[in-house]
Amino acid sequence: MNKPQHKQALLRLGDDALILGQRLGEWCGHAPALEEDIALTNIALDLIGQTQSYLSLAGSLNEGESQTDDQLAFHRTERDFKNLLLVEQPNGDFGDTIVRQFLFDHFALLRAEHLASQTFDLEAAAIAAKAIKEIRYHADHSSKWVIRLGDGTTESHERVQKSLNELWKFTGEMFTADEIDVAGIESGLLPDLTILKTKWDTAIDAVLKKSTLIRPENGWMQQGGRKGIHTESFGFLLAEMQSLPRTYPDATW
Amino acid sequence: MKQEGDDNGNSPEAIAMVKAVKRQLEDVMDPELPFLSVGEMGILRDVIYKNDHTICIVTPTYSGCPATDVISKDVLAAARVVDPRSSVQIAMSPAWTTDWISEKAREKMTQNGIAPPEGLSHDRAFLTGDDRIIPCPICKSKNTKLISPFGSTACKASFSCNTCLEPFEHFKCI
Repeated sequence: MNKPQHKQALLRLGDDALILGQRLGEWCGHAPALEEDIALTNIALDLIGQTQSYLSLAGSLNEGESQTDDQLAFHRTERDFKNLLLVEQPNGDFGDTIVRQFLFDHFALLRAEHLASQTFDLEAAAIAAKAIKEIRYHADHSSKWVIRLGDGTTESHERVQKSLNELWKFTGEMFTADEIDVAGIESGLLPDLTILKTKWDTAIDAVLKKSTLIRPENGWMQQGGRKGIHTESFGFLLAEMQSLPRTYPDATW
Repeated sequence: MKQEGDDNGNSPEAIAMVKAVKRQLEDVMDPELPFLSVGEMGILRDVIYKNDHTICIVTPTYSGCPATDVISKDVLAAARVVDPRSSVQIAMSPAWTTDWISEKAREKMTQNGIAPPEGLSHDRAFLTGDDRIIPCPICKSKNTKLISPFGSTACKASFSCNTCLEPFEHFKCI
């Protein structure tokens, strides 16, 4: 893959982590229990850390002057963000947040396992090797919650099944390869998405079985995040996330 | 007279400088665990000599650990007392693991009310297993329970003791 494609591939990794981290941060002070408030914001912290690493690396591949992680996070506009639509979906209730996390964690873990083992980009491999330990912990946490809520009370079961049904349409985008993915797969940087999908299905199905939840049918899959075409709530997220550095561009701590 | 150096071709002065910097860094503490040095935590990986100055190699514990910035600054300030041209380099690989925390450091954690990591990181049962036993650092009881897999910092989980009823933190095994 060429340099601009390489940069795009890294931006996607960074943006997935950044936007999900931002969403989880919105729970700060609002989670149903103190322990979960701490859990969700801790996961957000890990994701923002991964973001810093991936975006700094992406910025170093910029044509012309290199960009910093902060420039990329706070001074790009909506169309320039390449995250999955799944991760930008509003928090909803706790079940919606957990299901979103569960669907993403298992994808992110498999992707990081590939990234850590490839040799096309050794810096990305080092970031991923570190991130794996964190993502594995997140996946364990979100999976246990899916089981607890799914196999819990009638109400928790019904609500989390509804969350799963609603969010399912955003899962197809994770496994749809476009020209960046194709170039990334050829170079070895990115994993083969067909193989990844099979592994993801196995991981997801095992948890859903324990949770007594029903896996939704694969219907129409919503896409666009990888091209910068986002869902409605994304603009609000970005406005909030970027408000301070855009209002006071030279602000420092 | 022929000067003796090390395997990397460093002069005796350079070797002495590295030693002096390392000694100086023994007093740099982890800001979140102020009773442990960054060396004992395995965060300070090495001090090397390159292009006429020392380089302190530091690795973050977690990707987003806010202490990394503070640690880098503290390490740099301490190193520059000895070598004004010293610099800090962040190394991501190999990824930090609790396996690098020394036995002495683990004892200090217990003394300070934090249950140290149990076992080695390659066995994931020590991180997320349902039947792992984390002894209470206060009364040593093995009858404890997980309150939350997360805690006050990225590296800890919250437990409570069923015997002495005290809550405590456990340093996750990663």
